[in-house]
Formats: sequence, C-alpha cells, structure tokens
Amino acid sequence: MSMRSDHLRQLEAESIFILREAAAEFRKPVLLYSIGKDSSVLLHLALKAFYPAPPPFPLLHVDTTWKFKDMITFRDETARRLGLDLIVHINRDGLERGISPVTHGSAVHTDVMKTEALRQALETGGYDAAIGGARRDEEASRAKERIFSFRSAAHRWDAKTQRPELWRLFNTRLHARESMRVFPLSNWTELDVWHYVLAEEIDIVPLYFARLRPVVEREGMLIVVDDDRLPLRDGERPHMQRVRFRTLGCYPLTGAILSGAETLEEIVAELLAARTSERQGRLIDRDQAGAMERKKQEGYF
Amino acid sequence: MAEAKTSREIASLASGTAFPDPLGGKGLLRFVMCGSVDDGKSTLIGRLLYDSELVLEDQLAALECDSRKFGTAGGSIDFALLVDGLQAEREQGITIDVAYRYFATGKRKFIVADAPGHEQYTRNMATGASGCDLAVILADARKGLLTQTRRHSFIVHLLGVRHIVLAINKMDLVGFSRTRFNEIATAYSAFAGELGIPSVTAIPVSATTGDNVVHRAASMPWYEGPTLLTYLELAEAGASAGARPLRMPVQWVSRPNADFRGFAGTLAAGSVRPGERVAVLPSGRTSAVARIVTRDGDLESAGAGDAVTLVLADEVDVSRGDVIAAADAHPDIADQVAAHVIWMGEEPMLPGRPYFVKCGCQTTTATITALKHKINVDNLDHIAARQLELNDIGLCNLAFSRPLVFEPYDVDRTLGGFVLIDKVSNATVGAGLIRFGLRRAENLHWQALAIDRAGRAAAKHQRPCCLWFTGLSGAGKSTLANLLEKRLHATGHHTYVLDGDNIRHGLNRDLGFSDADRVENIRRVAEVARLMVDAGLIVLVSFISPFRAERRMARELFAAGDFLEIHVDASLEVCERRDPKGLYRKARKGLITNFTGIDSEYETPEAPEMRVQTADATPDEVVDGILGELNRRELA
Repeated sequence: MSMRSDHLRQLEAESIFILREAAAEFRKPVLLYSIGKDSSVLLHLALKAFYPAPPPFPLLHVDTTWKFKDMITFRDETARRLGLDLIVHINRDGLERGISPVTHGSAVHTDVMKTEALRQALETGGYDAAIGGARRDEEASRAKERIFSFRSAAHRWDAKTQRPELWRLFNTRLHARESMRVFPLSNWTELDVWHYVLAEEIDIVPLYFARLRPVVEREGMLIVVDDDRLPLRDGERPHMQRVRFRTLGCYPLTGAILSGAETLEEIVAELLAARTSERQGRLIDRDQAGAMERKKQEGYF
Repeated sequence: MAEAKTSREIASLASGTAFPDPLGGKGLLRFVMCGSVDDGKSTLIGRLLYDSELVLEDQLAALECDSRKFGTAGGSIDFALLVDGLQAEREQGITIDVAYRYFATGKRKFIVADAPGHEQYTRNMATGASGCDLAVILADARKGLLTQTRRHSFIVHLLGVRHIVLAINKMDLVGFSRTRFNEIATAYSAFAGELGIPSVTAIPVSATTGDNVVHRAASMPWYEGPTLLTYLELAEAGASAGARPLRMPVQWVSRPNADFRGFAGTLAAGSVRPGERVAVLPSGRTSAVARIVTRDGDLESAGAGDAVTLVLADEVDVSRGDVIAAADAHPDIADQVAAHVIWMGEEPMLPGRPYFVKCGCQTTTATITALKHKINVDNLDHIAARQLELNDIGLCNLAFSRPLVFEPYDVDRTLGGFVLIDKVSNATVGAGLIRFGLRRAENLHWQALAIDRAGRAAAKHQRPCCLWFTGLSGAGKSTLANLLEKRLHATGHHTYVLDGDNIRHGLNRDLGFSDADRVENIRRVAEVARLMVDAGLIVLVSFISPFRAERRMARELFAAGDFLEIHVDASLEVCERRDPKGLYRKARKGLITNFTGIDSEYETPEAPEMRVQTADATPDEVVDGILGELNRRELA
C-alpha cells in the first residue's frame, strides 16, 4: 500500500465511490480531462476505481487551442501510455471566427472556446454525465455546489433548485437532454491534491515545476510567452525568470509565480507557506464579482 | 519498496510544519454549523478561518472590497462574506444553500457545512448535517432559543449526529452576562434531554469580536471551558463501524474479461479478509472471499470505509444493489419498513403515491402506506396528519415493490438512510431513516420450486387471477362474489372467496380498525390472495378496502393483468337503506366509530377494471356483466 495519511485515504475512498456511482447510474458518462493536476488526480482515481478494468468512460479535452505546448504533449502521452480513449474537441466555428484571448479578451474567449465548446462536445457525444475535477475550496459559488450537480437541457445550473444531497445517496435521475456534472474531488483542497500527488507519485505537467521561462509582466501577472502568437506590447521584452504555475489554463490568461520549487516536496513546502489562493493567477475569475457563478449558470464547467 | 519508504518520509516531512501530521492526530472531523437566520453562522465560520490565519492575502483583499460593497458590519470587515458565495446571498445578506468549507489547524483537518437558517431551506440544512460527526448549534444571546434552534437540534439528532455544541453568540450584546448564558444553556439542556441527546457543551462566544472562538476571551473570565476551536480539535470523530459485521453494498460488477469477475464497493461496516465466508443478499447464496483487489495490489484485509473490489470463490450471481455481508450475521430484508421521513418536496407527501427510493445502491419503488404521525419540532408532540408538507417530519410505514436489504439507521447510516425521488419531476423529495422492518423476512429466502405457477394453472385449465371487490358496506360485494363463484364453479373453474368478515374471524382476528391495522388487514389478505393465484386459483376478494393507497399496495403484489379491481358502486343512501347487518344504524348512533361512509372516508376508485352499479339491477344481471368482461379478457 502506498503511504497516504488517514484523511487522504478517506478522500480517496469517497472519490472512488463517486466515480463508480457515476459509471453505474449514467447511460453515457465522460471524464472531462483538462490536463492539470486535478485532472491527473481524477484520472488516477478513475484507474483505481475500476481496476483491473479500464475506466468505463472516455476522456474529453476541450481544447481552446491556447493551451501551453507542454500540456498538449503531456495529454497525448498520458492517453497513449495508459491506452485510454481520448476525445479532443475544438470549437471549429470559434476558430474560424478567429476568437482568441489576445484579440477578444478573456471573457469572450472563455465563453466561445470553453463554455460553448463544452456544450457542443457534450451534445455531439450524447453524454448524460460529465465528470470533472473541480473542488469546493476553489471559489465561493463552487462551495455551494452539489457533488452530482444537475444541469437543465440548456446546460444551466440553478443554485436555488439544487437537489438535496444526503449521505452518499446521489439522485442521478434525468429527463431527455438534461445532464449531470459530477465532481469527485469536491471535498479535496489544493493541499490535499498536492499531498496525494506526492504520496501516489502521480505524473503531472512539467509546468508545475519551477524552471527558467521567458516571461512578460502584464496587469500584475507574469505571463509566460509559450509561442509567437502573443503580440508584445510597446516596451515589452520577454526575460528569463524562474517561475512555475499553481494552476494551468490558456497561457495568455494564466499567471505564473516566482518560485524555486523544482520538486514535489518543494512545491508542498512552498504551498504551506503561501499567503495567496491559487485562483489569484487566473484572469477569468476576476473579471467581475460573481463571475464564476454567472459562468456556471451559462454552462461553464 | 525503497521508493515507497521515501514517499512516506516525504509526506510526513512536508506536513510537519503547519499541517497536521497525516499519520497521527485526530483525523478528519466533519461538522455542521446551524442555527436560526441572523444568529451569525457565516460570521462565526469566517471568524474561525480568519483567527486561525487561514484567510489568504488575495481573499482578504477581496473581502475588504466586498465588505464596503455588501457589508452589514458598518464598514469593518464582514466575515460572513467569506462564506456567503452566491450573489443573491450577498445581496440579501442571508445564506440560501449549504456551503462547504475546509480548514486545518496544527491538530486536525475540518470539513464544515454552513447550513442555512431560514425555515424554507431546512432541507438544505438536513443535507449539510447528514454524514456529520458533530453539530455546532448557534443561538443569539439576546433572543435565546428559537423555533429554528429547536428544529435544527431535532434534525441533527434525528440524523444521528453524536456531539452537539451550543454556541451562544453575540455575548458582547448582552454585556457578557453569565446569567443570560446560564439561562439559555439550562433551557437548551432541558430540550436536549427530551430529545434524548446525551450531552451538550455550551460555549459563550462573540463571532464579531472573536471572543472564545479561537482565542480565550478576557471579557468572560467566569467561563472556564474550552474555546470553540479547542473543542473541535479534541472532539471524537464518528463511531467505529469497524467492530460490526461486514456490510458491503455492491456498486459495480467488474468484468473486464472472461477470467475476472469482481464486485466493487465501499465497506459500510466491518472488515473482510480472504478466506472468510460471506453471504450475498437478498439471494442468501454464500461463498468465500477469494481476493481483495486494488490497483495497489491485493490486500490482506479491508476495513470500514475502504473502497475495494472483492472476488468470490464461487460462481455466485451478484448484481449492483446486492449486499455482501458476513455469512453468520445477515442484515435485515424487508419490503415494508417504519421510517422517519423528512419531507423536502414542494408538493406534499401523499400516502399511496409511488416514489423511487434509493437505499445504499438499491433503487426501487416505495409507497407510503401509512403516515402514523407528524412531529411538532417545537414541543415534540405527535400530531395526526394525512400528508407531509415541505419541511415536515413524520413517522411513516413504507412498502417497497421488492424486498430491500437494510439496517436500522441507528445501526448503519449507509443501509438505513434512503431518499425518495418524485417519479415525474425527478426531484429529491424526501429523506428517510429506517427504524425497523415491518415484515421480518430476514433469513426467509424465496424457495424456487420445481412446479411453478404456470404448471399449476395448466393442470386446472384456467388463467388464475384476483378479482378485488371494493365498495361501501351493503353495496353488494359479498352477494356478487358468492354468486360469481357459483357460476364459475359451475363451468369447471377452481375458485375461492376471501371475505372481509370471515377473515377477521380467523387470520386477522388480532387486528382492530385503526389505520395501521387496516393496512395490515389488507396486506395479509392480499398476500393470501397472491399465494392462491400462484396456486392456480381464481380468487374473489370481498373487502370494503376504502383507501386507494391500500388497494394500490394490493395491486402491486400481482403481475400486470392478474389483478382486477371491481368497484361495487351504490350510493350511501342505498347502502344505508339496505343495511343488511344493521351496522349503519349503530354507526349513526355512535356505537361504532371509524365506519366507512359515516365517519371514515371511502376513496372512490379512479380507474377500476370494472365498475358495477347495484342500485337498479338484480345480482344475476350484474354477474352476467362481470362474466362477460372476464370472457372478453379471456379469464373465464
């Protein structure tokens, strides 16, 4: 047995229970794989839940085409290594319209290339349940969301009519075109995730580790110039800094942190001393008050 | 192995500073924070986080900004905004839905459910309390105990929360008065005693000033007990489920290839080792555990709370919803139970209406056959009621469409808790806690017999069925049943009449006329009728059976097409004029109570297979009509 603490064992068992419940009760579930550390943990738990069988659902990645190169490489290697069924969905319409975070800003880009794209992918695939790695400690409206979270036929989340969720009895009943979001990591914190990655030796994208990377400073955030699509503003010149990421997304929208943490142990130690939350590095959550709640109502994961 | 050892060292090393030692300490504590609206729940949680230095810089900056915008603390930091996450909550300054918060101190890790105080959100409060080890009940020192304080105390006790802390808040607004604190604590103790709550710890606090939340207050030197945080750090977590016999609801049958067949689930209680004998319920087939499979390798043993996959030594039929249990200590199996139900639906709970029920991994249909009483949470009185409204709590009898494996809730939350789901809207409309089974069917497993119903029916050259005559006393049920039996007998059919009066002289002579006894009366007769249909007979049942719920219960025992409800229709005036047994006269004089049609309702069947009028026809004419319909249905 691996060396997990009591509370990590409890969290692991709870997540496995949730994953099995989703697989047993839904007609066609899918695991939303976003390549980050939470997705890595989620995938690891799915491998455990159904062992020796492979997870009985495919992986779906909604690709905005603005992810870090390292993320895409990691995604494809992981799927190949584990022999998993990976579906990559890109909003072709958005791509043709030339939607990008650089020209349209984070709100439009996220709406078209993530929220709309996710709806397209779920509808095209006919999935009735999407399993994701969101945690309740990430954001205030997430803290109120059920583990099995109902979505209307229009993919809307209604905070006021959430189904009571008692014990571990999840109401999975749906009418045609309605769907469920399932969050097995609901009760995990960021620190739990890192402790678990460490204890279980789970592979994660190298971007989480501090390296020298080309960085520009924008609106108080450190943006790593991942390719030549990021137009530099007047006077901007990428300079090499030792940085890493606490959370991963589209590279022009994701701020890096200055860090010397090059190993998992150093990351955990750094986190214990940290005085800011992980979403601080994300532009999209800061746009307006209640931003996440509104995005969720519209179908954002 | 060398690598694994390194991981362990790293894991404990990394957690050594500000994080609880993951391999020692008190483990995870799940608790619920509840109380009436404006008692200051969110503020208290915010204060716990803030004073434990768990609010991070960017959160604090956002909080200061929000406090100016929405704050109710007059410009200073409004801690409630740390936890009230929904826009509507911030604008209205109330908590709508249960929110989950996570924090850790040097001693322990906590999951706290912040439950709403408004009565209309009681269902969300019950959601938050389920699965918790401890409840913090808040009271406003100025207002004392309110309806919601009592309601929440009752719900957390009902849900089996073992430890209760009464946090008497806003002590700063009553001048830190020891007398006021004692008054409220004493009143609460009395209420808790009535509920059967063994012990309550009362702590005087002020969430806005932080007194006795994390730091000991100089303002209340008379208080010598622990601060709230100290109490939480030391409280014992859940009762040990490990000492009980094995219970594992099967969640998922794993068959990756022809060589492997495993049963995945989480142990609800007990432990298991390879080689141990187990029984699969409800079938009762036994086998031994061959392997405990996990991706980390096979295990030597697994305990309560572990998510594993069991491989059995024999080819035993196991599917999702079955329970793998210790072979020498089975859980109960029943298709009728008594349970407390917390109603959460916007529409009232109606006896007789079928709902989906989910219990463990089992899903089937449940019907409330009787609502014994509703509970007034203010004074704990039992009130007679015909339905449960939103947020009502009542004791009910439920009938399941197939036997369920269960344990009383007090013994096992996993196999004793259930939810009810509306079949049309799919909403979760009720939560239930099983108290006991009404039919002791444990260890009685249906014997598959060599001669089946079809064989017995073929020997009699007939299609067996149950003809259920319902109607007012004096409507003509017995007359028609007797005449019909004669006519069927004359044409070579094998029949039997079950008559209400006759059965009450024998099989059901122990039953009276209370609601519960009426349900049991019908249940027994329906079961006897079912056995007789199984034996190949055409059974004629002549029972007033005034309630739809009971007739539905009887109908659900039979296969579709085997049960024909015949409403023998005659007006009350006609029946009272006939009064063959003189019962109406007695009822009118008040000599008999609960008499159908007089002081007890007859619920007219909505869609019976046949409805026959007896006021203006002779019995022979009516029976001709019934026989015609039976012919049309190829039953006679």
